[in-house]
Amino acid sequence: MKRKLSLFLVIIMAMVILLTGCGGSESEEATGTNDQEKQYKVGFIYVGPIGDGGWSYAQNEGRLYLEEKLGVPTIYKESVPEEAECEKVINDMIDEGCNIIFTTSFGFMDWTERAAKNHPDVYFFHCSGYKTLENMTAYFGRMYQPRYLSGIVAGLKTESNKIGYVAAHNIPEVLRGINAFTLGVRSVNPDATVHVKWTKTWYDPAKEKEAAKALLAEGCDVIAQHQDTAGPQQAAEEAGKWSIGYNTDMVAVAPKAYMTAPIWNWGPYYVEQVQAIMDGTWKSENYWGGMETGIVDLAPLTENAPEGAAEAVEAAKAKILSGENKIFTGPLKDNTGELRVPEGVTLTDQELTSADFNWLVEGVIGTVE
Amino acid sequence: MIRIAKRAKMSKAKSAGIRLLAILLALLTSAVLIVLALSLHPLDVYIALFKGAFGSAYRIREVVESATALTIVSLGITIAFKMQFWNIGGEGQICMGAFFASFLALNFPEMSKPLLLTLMILAGMLGGGLWALIPAYFKAKWRTNETIITLMMNYVALKWLTYLQFGPWKDPNALGFPKIANFADNAILPEVFGVHIGWIFALILVVLVSIFLNHSKKGYEIAVLGESENTALYAGVNIKRTIITAVFISGALCGLTGMIQASAVNNTLSVEISKGIGFTAIITTWLGFLKPAFILVVSILFAALVQGGSFIQTAVGIPQAVAELLQGLILFFVLGCEFFIRYKVVLEKPLFNVRRGTKE
Repeated sequence: MKRKLSLFLVIIMAMVILLTGCGGSESEEATGTNDQEKQYKVGFIYVGPIGDGGWSYAQNEGRLYLEEKLGVPTIYKESVPEEAECEKVINDMIDEGCNIIFTTSFGFMDWTERAAKNHPDVYFFHCSGYKTLENMTAYFGRMYQPRYLSGIVAGLKTESNKIGYVAAHNIPEVLRGINAFTLGVRSVNPDATVHVKWTKTWYDPAKEKEAAKALLAEGCDVIAQHQDTAGPQQAAEEAGKWSIGYNTDMVAVAPKAYMTAPIWNWGPYYVEQVQAIMDGTWKSENYWGGMETGIVDLAPLTENAPEGAAEAVEAAKAKILSGENKIFTGPLKDNTGELRVPEGVTLTDQELTSADFNWLVEGVIGTVE
Repeated sequence: MIRIAKRAKMSKAKSAGIRLLAILLALLTSAVLIVLALSLHPLDVYIALFKGAFGSAYRIREVVESATALTIVSLGITIAFKMQFWNIGGEGQICMGAFFASFLALNFPEMSKPLLLTLMILAGMLGGGLWALIPAYFKAKWRTNETIITLMMNYVALKWLTYLQFGPWKDPNALGFPKIANFADNAILPEVFGVHIGWIFALILVVLVSIFLNHSKKGYEIAVLGESENTALYAGVNIKRTIITAVFISGALCGLTGMIQASAVNNTLSVEISKGIGFTAIITTWLGFLKPAFILVVSILFAALVQGGSFIQTAVGIPQAVAELLQGLILFFVLGCEFFIRYKVVLEKPLFNVRRGTKE
């Protein structure tokens, strides 16, 4: 018995030594101090795992694009909670030599701000917030534009005239999305309503899927989402209904349900910003790019999309790009019947991002709580 | 047939040997995993793990910070465990301590700093202590099972914080995002050598708890009661009062940790305040053999493992799940070896040999 055991151990040991020998570590010794001025290293902080197939996945694609285009080394950390842990991770990354940090979730804002104050020589980019400092940029995209377009697809597709929308947190960003989507839906189908369920979490595949299932049970036949994963897509697929994704092209998850998705394309912006830092021309800003910059777009329609949708989307897209359709133009009523935006008035960026943007447009069934 | 039997006392050298072997086996198993799953060199990963914990002054400070919380909670749990009162409720007691302290921090930010912090410390201990008193009272009065009650009360406390964070205490300036407002500077513990002052509390508490358990009348009573209630009765120990006092202290130390985490680490209250420390501390308490000095060492090692595990994710680029898997494997082996130190597996022939084709 004892002999067998020790033999077993020896074999394991031998295996380990052998395998580690072959394992081949291309130990990339930092090739001394490059005489090319300053060395940059970029850190990315994600709220979910990069395998979420959604938000963090899209962010990570941006990181890989940056690495490929500029050859700048990057590191990342997944599943960082939106609390003090975030500041610790930022400090960890700076300790590891990062001098550019991207924090890619709304709840990281205050921690990023604190770290930015403590590290004036490090460049910070916070995604989806509103706070800026001399060394901290706030950046985001006008996701409400492609969301409006995806609403057109959903509005044309629905047969029950009930569309489900699984939403994360009731912050202006998400409310903008729901409202723009609903306006898109009703631009082609004035009878349709959008039913909202809140999950109060960005990333929880099971909870997101459950919320979508509940909406399907209430009679919705198209599911849209403002969540980080493809959970709601799966629910639609399993129920034999249709869906609008978010973040990335989600066709692989729900081939029979998925029609299109408003998507992110972060890479070019990251390259442009890091390049500006390298060139010494960088200045912090509050960046909010629209479809014309390509940071947001609508994914190609699949064959699940209804007839005529492609043409309708194309037409509406042209109007958005030309500036003719700014989406939040009055008259707009909220879902209690109160007039929120009078005829002829368009909400300003300031109004769209402020705390007062806490209402749901006519046609949404649900509350902001 | 396999039978599990309790071992006679094992020599110190032998048990130390087994523990060393367990760690080696853990590293070997992880190494296989690292090579097969990630095609990385295990040594690189282990060196990074070590560097991540002790590689710079900043990282050492981080280790000290998380070891502080672990140590204080483990000390609290030790007092209850000595009495064989299985306090699994560290999480809840941390939450309630943090809640009591945060109430003061959020409502009296203009109070002078020393006064506010002192009151917050007392409030934190009171919060944790009172939360622990509930299961203690049930146990003393109706002999309920404290393991289940303390465990369940974790969830009550956690949901209470969730309610506060998503409801009445939600920061109106956060645009609807569910977070509680950050504390004013007055409510934040000062730093000593770059780490919040909690680490000094932890060191003092190691000494105090050690004296309390080994050299005080109450500490002795707790130990006797833990060994046998009848002996304690015979010796004239007031059983109910001893249970209540010990468990209150146990909860108070957890509550103190809650206050420290809220004030110095998070600068606010949140549902993530306890971060599983209450559960992790059960492991460190066991591995520290309920001895305060050992607990301190184990807590530091554990904190280093966690900090190093976090570091290797970014440094070597392995997924978070794998980093946690490595930590889990190491723990599994270390805890598993305790089983083999206390018990042995006996292979014995059955009394009546079942007929087989050939004899072995």
